[in-house]
Parts: sequence; structure tokens; C-alpha cells
Amino acid sequence: MKIIKLFPKTGSFAENKDLARDIRIKEITPALNQNKEVTLDFEGIETTTQSFVHALISRVIRDLGSEVLDRLYFKNCNKTVQGIINIVVEYMQI
Amino acid sequence: MNIHLPNSAFLGNIDPFLKMLNTSNPDKLEITANKKWISVHPVVLAMVAALGLSVKPENIHCEHMKATSKHYLKRMKLFDLLKIDSGINITEHEPAGRFIPITQITNSENLTDFITNVIPLLHLQPHQVEPIRYVLSELTRNVFEHAKSPIGAILCAQYYKASNTIRIGIVDRGIGIKATISEAHRVTTDLEAIQLALTPGITGTTKRIGGTDYNAGAGLFFIKSIATVNRDFFVIYSGNSMYKLLKVPRNKKARLHSDPFKDNHSTGDDFPYWQGTIVGVDINLDNREEFSMLLDAIRETYSKAVKERRKEYYKKAKFI
Repeated sequence: MKIIKLFPKTGSFAENKDLARDIRIKEITPALNQNKEVTLDFEGIETTTQSFVHALISRVIRDLGSEVLDRLYFKNCNKTVQGIINIVVEYMQI
Repeated sequence: MNIHLPNSAFLGNIDPFLKMLNTSNPDKLEITANKKWISVHPVVLAMVAALGLSVKPENIHCEHMKATSKHYLKRMKLFDLLKIDSGINITEHEPAGRFIPITQITNSENLTDFITNVIPLLHLQPHQVEPIRYVLSELTRNVFEHAKSPIGAILCAQYYKASNTIRIGIVDRGIGIKATISEAHRVTTDLEAIQLALTPGITGTTKRIGGTDYNAGAGLFFIKSIATVNRDFFVIYSGNSMYKLLKVPRNKKARLHSDPFKDNHSTGDDFPYWQGTIVGVDINLDNREEFSMLLDAIRETYSKAVKERRKEYYKKAKFI
């Protein structure tokens, strides 16, 4: 299991999508490609944007299929963060 | 170019101000103002600043301001940003809790610093800050991604105590929405481009409905949705066209539509040409819907719209 703590990289408002893309390319995708489970830990993050979450996870869902959601976990998400993740996860499976 | 600061120009009555804009002779700018009182939305100030930053300071002529409220322009840092002497002297007060002066943001790091350091100065409750920083972040990143604006993004905001409303303006002098959307979709008018830009799943970066791994085509739809649900104004103006989301009346349910033309709105396609894009938003802090509930409504509308749009593009096998 690879645990990625986002707060130290993003601060309490996770909105920088360039950073999100970097995290995906350097940390999320390599771990998933090694068949590892990945936990994205949102502890300390008050809110985020759809653009950030899209840049963070949309490509892995597109490339690896929705089955990847069985290995990708979202931890310590408040209601707002959950709402935004749900939007991206849903439209990536349409 | 000539821009006249009128007695009053807010999103509800901004049309006459926009109609008077003169963007011919782009090397020179003349700023004139109402002689008695100037009371304008931050987007108006951001427009003046954006025009001013597009010409050399020595080619800006600002008439001697007589309006009693002229000091406001100075406090919003309009003349400082344009590097012109207004002759107006003021005693600076702590700006906390009232406004974000006109600010030029040219890259992603600037924006992160701005959101971290400036928005807390508004001294709002966390649930009030959420939509404001969301709107500022997404709109400014749109400028970096799509606009190719030589001056970056110009933004400012003002809190109005009487109406308990934050008014926000973000302006650029980039390629405009029609040029951006045209990179992936066929559009013939600025208004058609604005309509597509507000439609969920449409982006100028790809023909694919739902966008790319970096851009979902959802940003403007989200912001329009925030304004819709909270019964606020939202204005977007690019090229010759303007779209204005009108306030949803109190006796009507605020519904989200994937087609912006189904919202309570007004449009115009005969405005003076604006090179770039202008966005103005009002956020009333009294009647905030819970942000997470708003997200549920956005999720449903976005997914339905993308599904329907993909069906339109779905090709069937040709049996011959």
C-alpha cells in the first residue's frame, strides 16, 4: 500500500492542478502500475477544486479502467472533498 | 481606447457601461469618469486596469477626477498598477475585511500565494470562503490555460456590507473564448462560443466530450452553477458578446441546466469588441447553500449532460 499525504504538498486548499498532475505522474501511476494499492490522504485539506481532482485521478481511471477504484482509496475526506471526488469518479465512468 | 467610469455599473446594470466602451486605437487609453459619484463593480476596475496594462503608461490619459468617491479608485490600487499619477492623496487604512485591490497574477505560483495570503484578509467564515476561493482559483487558472493573455489575469474583489455580498471581477486580454473553443469545436460567433464554454464537458483542448486528463470542461459550468443556486449574478463577456446569468427569483426553484440558454439569462452580441475575456460574479453571503449539497446537484447535471452529449456523437455501424 502506498499512502500519499496531500496536505504537505497542497496546503488546506488543494487547487494547483499542475501539482496534481505531478503527483499523479510521479507517485500514483507508478504505484498502480506495480499493482499496489494507493491511498490518497486528504487530512488537513479543507477543500479542493474539480480541476485539481480531475488532474489527480482522471487519467488513471481512463487508462486502467474503473477497476482501478478497487485499489485507489480516498482517506480523511470531508463532505466537500468527497462531493468533488464523487463528481470526477462518476463522470469518468460514463 | 476610451473607458468611462459611470455613476453606477454593477452586474445587473452593466450593459450601458459596456456599450460605451471604445477599444479602437489600441495604443492609447483615455480614462474618464462621472463627475459626481463613481460606484462600480470590481470587474469594471479590472477592465480599466487590463486596458491600461496593454498600453505604455505615458499613453494613458486619465482625466482629473472630481467625483467624491474618487479615492476608492486609488485605494483599489488602480493608478499604482498603471503607474500613473492621479493626483489623489489618501490615508491608507487596513484593507482587511473589505476588499482585494486590483491584482495582476501571471503564473500558477502567484495564484497559490494569492489564495493563501490574500483571501484570509477578507476575514470570512470558512463556509463563506469556500466558494470565493473556488471561483478565484478556477477562473484564474482558466486564464493561464486557455487565454494566452500577455498581461495574465487581472482580478479584484469588494465586500459590500449593506447587501452582504462579495463581488469579484477577473479579466484578461488573451485570445478570447471563440478562439479557444474553435481549437476543438466549430463555432461561428462569440456568443455561440460562450454557450459552449459554459456547457459541461466542452473544452477548447479536445473534441472529446468530457475533456482531457488535464481539463474536463467543467470549470465555468461549476461557477455558473454556484451563482445559479445562490441566486446571484454571473457575467461573461468576450469578443462582441456577453452572457448574463440573472438572479433566480425567490419564488422559483433554482435549477441547474447544462445549456446556459435555459437559465434565466440575457445575452447580447453587438457589444464593442473586447480582446480577451471578462468575468464578473456576485456571491451573496446570506443565502449560501451548503457547498456539499451544491456539489451533488452539479454532479447529477454534469453527468447527465455528458451522457446526452456523448449519445449525440455516438456513431452507429453502417450496414450496407
